[in-house]
Amino acid sequence: MSKSNTIAPRDTAARNFGTVLKELDWRRYVIYIGFVVVFIFFAILLRDQGFLSPNNLLNIFRQTATITVIAVGMTYVIACAEIDLSVGSVAGLSSVCTAMALSQFGLVPGILAGLAVGLVVGSINGALVSLLGIPSFLVTLGMLGIAVGVAQWITASAPQPILNDTFNTLFGSGNFGPVPGLVVWSAIFVAIGAVVLNRTRFGRQVLATGGNRNAADFTGINTKRIKFQVLLISAMAASVAGMLYAGRLQSGRFQWGSGDELSAIAAVILGGTSLFGGFGSIIGTLFGALLIGLINNGLILAGLDSSQQQVVRGAIIILAVAMARKK
Amino acid sequence: MNTADNVVEMRSISKGFNGVSVLKDVSFDVRKGEVHALAGGNGAGKSTLMKILQGVYQADAGEILIGGKPAAINSIQDAKAAGIGMVFQEFSLVPSLTVAQNIFLAAEPLGRGGLIDDRTAVKRAREVFSEMEVDVDPRAEVSRLGTAYWQLTEIAKALAQNAQVLIMDEPTASLARHESEALFELIDRLKQRGISIIYISHRMDEVYRLADRITILRDGRHLLTAPLTDVTPEQIVEGIVGKKIEGQLSYRARDRVDHDGAPLLEVRGLNAGNRVRDVSFTLRPGEILGLAGLMGSGRTELARALFGIDQLDSGDVLLRGKKVNLASPQQAINAGVALIPEDRRAQGLVLEHSVQDNLLLPLLGQIQRGPLLDGAKGKALSASLIKRFAVKVAHPNRPVRLLSGGNQQKVVIAKWLGTDPDILILDEPTAGVDIGTKSEILDMIRELASAGKAVIVISSEYPELLAVSDRVLVLKDGSIIRDIPRSEIADEEYLQLAVQGV
Repeated sequence: MSKSNTIAPRDTAARNFGTVLKELDWRRYVIYIGFVVVFIFFAILLRDQGFLSPNNLLNIFRQTATITVIAVGMTYVIACAEIDLSVGSVAGLSSVCTAMALSQFGLVPGILAGLAVGLVVGSINGALVSLLGIPSFLVTLGMLGIAVGVAQWITASAPQPILNDTFNTLFGSGNFGPVPGLVVWSAIFVAIGAVVLNRTRFGRQVLATGGNRNAADFTGINTKRIKFQVLLISAMAASVAGMLYAGRLQSGRFQWGSGDELSAIAAVILGGTSLFGGFGSIIGTLFGALLIGLINNGLILAGLDSSQQQVVRGAIIILAVAMARKK
Repeated sequence: MNTADNVVEMRSISKGFNGVSVLKDVSFDVRKGEVHALAGGNGAGKSTLMKILQGVYQADAGEILIGGKPAAINSIQDAKAAGIGMVFQEFSLVPSLTVAQNIFLAAEPLGRGGLIDDRTAVKRAREVFSEMEVDVDPRAEVSRLGTAYWQLTEIAKALAQNAQVLIMDEPTASLARHESEALFELIDRLKQRGISIIYISHRMDEVYRLADRITILRDGRHLLTAPLTDVTPEQIVEGIVGKKIEGQLSYRARDRVDHDGAPLLEVRGLNAGNRVRDVSFTLRPGEILGLAGLMGSGRTELARALFGIDQLDSGDVLLRGKKVNLASPQQAINAGVALIPEDRRAQGLVLEHSVQDNLLLPLLGQIQRGPLLDGAKGKALSASLIKRFAVKVAHPNRPVRLLSGGNQQKVVIAKWLGTDPDILILDEPTAGVDIGTKSEILDMIRELASAGKAVIVISSEYPELLAVSDRVLVLKDGSIIRDIPRSEIADEEYLQLAVQGV
């Protein structure tokens, strides 16, 4: 499985490259192997259920889009050695606020309302973590309850229908040319997320802060600001995901996104981002999310009911992470 | 020499990792009640040899005899059972437990019904400490104690498990001078009780103070074993480094210090926390200023304040005659100040990240093109830093954690000199660094000063301080008590007395 076996040590340079590859620890790339294995497995097992049909494959992308968007933001948080448990609730609250503002004031205020949810929640999370030094696990656990509670409260638990076609087309229901809008959204998030994390000063500083906050401080990095920013990014991404739920399902509901924090965290960890911070891979996260989507889709096609799906999905995630950890 | 006197004998040990040979046919023995110094540069194989003795690694070839009998040491448990104890450099204690709980960790005395009997543990811990003739409260929580006590707890932990041989790796690295002296006295007492000690240290004065014999390793081979009465310090250094080092550790006057010119840095009435009190001094271009003082005298705190990590309560800092506000490291860096922190692993490096990423971290602004970082430029910049500072790396993309201590320190220095600072503050720049790298670092400091930079060096090692400083400030309780030009310092003893406040 390891690539280094196939490289013949022709000269020193090649041998050095070989040892580098060996030490690069392929465990971080286990997600791509896992993805291919699961894909082939389903392709053979479910060939009669239409697993390989273009429509089904597009469906997998479509169903994964919101998790992908959330997980891109989550990658920053986890790479920075923090966690954000409030993302699912933020998505729900954002879907509700967008729907309500849409019906009252129109398209642009609706979108702004959704983004404002991310801005406000992210700022509160970030401020509590970076300024007061409260662990992000506790802050966002509390926020998980608060956000979903507010969403349920202001709607009196009722779904908020969205009748604005422009919004629905733009956020999830429509296509851009032949490509489903949801796929475009996740592609945009992954592309920007990957470039910013790998190729900008901010991205490096996030990784350095997650890798050794003390050393980052001594290097002149404002680590408080970095912690604030990653939590803001995560909440903003979650609020966009909430609008994608709203557009695809043409309504805002407090339940949208509930439980997504766990799928997103699983996608990030599967993708090779270190739970202890310091390393992050957005492309890995994308494949982590796709793997989860693949599994969900395959299990449904295989005819498992939802309780069985949950058991199998949990087992596969544990297995995949265990493989990624094994030396 | 009779073999039966040897508590430990390692014969013809060889060990390799991934086909790279680290130890080649090394023999090493320890007699009962002796202090045996083990010396060698970073990467000479000292730690590998000791890890084999502790059961962390297994030798590829060779044998180990304990008390004259062949012993199979395949795990840390085996080593403990054979009476080998280790005083870890990075302490292996659980901070949230008490001293007694740590000493008997995983070997707790059990009372009725199989429950842990804390009272007996405390009593037995007290006995161990009284045998050591030191005063430590077994019921104190470890996190509340200073490093010196951590070390005593480590030693007690090993003794409680009936260790006959103690391995001490740079035991004085984090101790103040009087604490070191207390440790040396403890080692003397342990010796008298027949306990053998393998003492690893880069500090020559300690080796001569304590050790009966010395073994030097170089490049994984055994170079010599001799009583210390038979070797000179110069021979030891030459053995470790592989070449003669002349004058590196002696002071050389440089002509560049402009004593009448305008000061580069002027500090007036600085107060920060309760460790920096009313500190005033000036620093001229080309000058190397040494900061001497005991642990806790405020040296590190002064450096932290000047670098913007700790907030100033009052006082002014002037750079080139202009008042500057150093409220954060970012501002200090922009003003041209750089700090090489005292703990490179905790404060200087992101250990899991690559050498290149570490080098570039403060230099990201230099390799930016628009909003993005220029990968090729970064690679070239890090390569030039690696070359300029002669950092030995297999590949710049490998984690900095894999480098030896000396090379890690060079990475920290290179990273900061890449920012081209005017004022460089180095806090214990050669702690845990082998003698060869040490002389390279001291030379680097001299060169910087000759290039017109101003340098502040903090060090607990007086020979090092005297080797580079043009002037020495002595701190006590956060205040400067003496300001002595180098020419007035006759020898180490003079400085030591000044530090003691005599």
